[in-house]
Amino acid sequence: MKTLEELMAIRNKMQSQVNLRAEDATVRVVVGMATCGIAAGARPVLTAFSDGIQEKGLKDVMVTQTGCIGLCQYEPIVEVIEPGKEKVTYIRMTAEKAAEVIEQHLIGGDVVAKYTISTELK
Amino acid sequence: MYRSQVLICGGTGCTSSGSMKIADKLEEEIKKNGLADEVKVVRTGCFGLCALGPIMIVYPEGTFYSMVKIDDVPEIVEEHLLKGRVVTRLVYDETVVADQIKSLNKTNVYKKQKRVALRNCGVINPENIEEYIAVDGYQALYKVLKEMTPDDVVKVILDSGLRGRGGGGFPTGRKWQLAKDLVKDADQKYVCCNADEGDPGAFMDRSVLEGDPHVLIEAMAIAGYAIGATQGYVYVRAEYPIAVNRLQIAIDQAREVGLLGKNIFDSGFDFDLDIRLGAGAFVCGEETALMASIEGNRGEPRPRPPFPAEKGLNGKPTVPNNVETYANIPQIILKGADWFTSMGTEKSKGTKVFALGGKINNTGLVEVPMGTTLREVVYEIGGGIPNGKQFKAAQTGGPSGGCIPAEHLDIPIDYDNLIAIGSMMGSGGLIVMDEDNCMVVIAKFFLEFTVDESCGKCTPCRIGTKRLYEMLEKITSGNATLEDIDKLEKLCYYIKNNSLCGLGQTAPNPVLSTLRYFKDEYIAHVQDKKCPAGVCTDLLQYTIIADKCKGCTACARVCPVGAISGTVKEPHVIDTAKCIKCGACMSKCKFGAIIKG
Repeated sequence: MKTLEELMAIRNKMQSQVNLRAEDATVRVVVGMATCGIAAGARPVLTAFSDGIQEKGLKDVMVTQTGCIGLCQYEPIVEVIEPGKEKVTYIRMTAEKAAEVIEQHLIGGDVVAKYTISTELK
Repeated sequence: MYRSQVLICGGTGCTSSGSMKIADKLEEEIKKNGLADEVKVVRTGCFGLCALGPIMIVYPEGTFYSMVKIDDVPEIVEEHLLKGRVVTRLVYDETVVADQIKSLNKTNVYKKQKRVALRNCGVINPENIEEYIAVDGYQALYKVLKEMTPDDVVKVILDSGLRGRGGGGFPTGRKWQLAKDLVKDADQKYVCCNADEGDPGAFMDRSVLEGDPHVLIEAMAIAGYAIGATQGYVYVRAEYPIAVNRLQIAIDQAREVGLLGKNIFDSGFDFDLDIRLGAGAFVCGEETALMASIEGNRGEPRPRPPFPAEKGLNGKPTVPNNVETYANIPQIILKGADWFTSMGTEKSKGTKVFALGGKINNTGLVEVPMGTTLREVVYEIGGGIPNGKQFKAAQTGGPSGGCIPAEHLDIPIDYDNLIAIGSMMGSGGLIVMDEDNCMVVIAKFFLEFTVDESCGKCTPCRIGTKRLYEMLEKITSGNATLEDIDKLEKLCYYIKNNSLCGLGQTAPNPVLSTLRYFKDEYIAHVQDKKCPAGVCTDLLQYTIIADKCKGCTACARVCPVGAISGTVKEPHVIDTAKCIKCGACMSKCKFGAIIKG
């Protein structure tokens, strides 16, 4: 290793991994991973969110699992919880929709209304 | 990419409780459940909460599992990693609030800590240089080599106010400056790291070596650049096999990518590092004895001046510094002197790592800003004294230090305050004592250690410490007089003033400080032939209270020397001449009729 660029390249490659161990997250993305969730395909959604936020380097977003949310017919369910804002509940999620939510909501700040439960229940 | 990482403590403490086997089992179960691409197991260094090991933290949630057993692993994997359901019974209970898991940083143990030297311990995998780089590792070295002159480096360290963390508290910047400037045109200079850590109960340096070995490599290279040295030696005690192993792995990895060796970062600066193992001698923690040992000689100190900065290893200018001192260097370079001076007190800047041991609930490793009071460390971070006992004293500085009694609990911890009350910072061992500890026995314990470890070169230490120990023996066995206490004190000052090195000069400290604050205990041993704490067996007497004794003969039958006599249903009597004070009778008596005093 001779240059700063080489040092920084390693740093950037590994940073997202090590950042996972910090506790600075303010935004929580919670994926329902109870039996119904897993059966409906929540695992790929979980990985899609986790990979996505690491790739984009979103340091203040944490992706975790939770158990049964209670709306089994709408699984896979993903909740986005931000302090000071109302909780957003996305339903019938897929890995593709996850990418959209990351781009539009987590980065862009706009809730993807068409995937939320409020749209469904209207 | 992994969506979750499970960090397992691989420090010596948790390893000896089986944490590495738990890590292996975890990997096995993760694979079995098909999670191998999603969950990564990372073996890290010491988190500090040693009393609760083996420790496992699951990220990104930060769930802190404590006292994990190998049989708990399948449940953790199935419930938590697969289904997201935290196994609450295994979670460190201070982080469980109602049904929410609180962040570890908000618990009493961690919230007053400021982890600077221990920044990466428990966070990164110490056996992977890339993880060190991920947390800004080796950037300080780059900055120093490309953007700063040796004078600039010395200035930053001087301005930061960093003082030697090995216990002496000498300004690090000044030490580097002297090594840089005293000898013009030296053909060779050296950087040394004192990782001998001889104080009983101290393991701060061990944890840095086991949990973040690269910080030492980076800091020593920076020191080398500052003073003009191309070779460094880390003198590690051989009783630290995990630390030695991890350090060697780190050195090999650094050499592989060119961060050690010739022309680092294309700057023209060469620097390499080697490990030298100690061989079990406490005196080799003394800088001149350490250098003698590296040279291949018996570890014996020599008179100073000349100081190592002028004439050290192999007669060349040398900078010897402690592991913890080095651990602060890269961050001072990157964040600046002002950042460091913003922590601590007026004359003691930064933080200090303490190894909490003895009669305290949260035994382990903590790092606090200088100026934190002893009360905060013992009661808030340390969790107080177990079993509802009363705090009696805290010993800092190991065999070279002194005890701090309850009246000084609110003292802000820093170098000068501790010296003012008769103790010293030392390397960071902090042993807490309660009402059941005899202070004379504590002094004797440390002297026993020092007598054994004295190298023998100078008379005051070689013979003086032995005489001190014998006098303490006399006191604890009830054979001393009041004149002996005066003689004891006088001898202490003689040894302090005349010994060749720090070992002898500080060996009397435990005696002097216990005499200062607990003279009544000494007098009780000498005049009343009693041990107030109930520890010194020679001064104890077991007595049967006639009113309570039912004459059941249970005690007489269990006495190994037949010292108890009496007829059935009549009160029994202990013959104190025969009694060996084993206490078996007292444990056996169901009527509380036997007392010790």
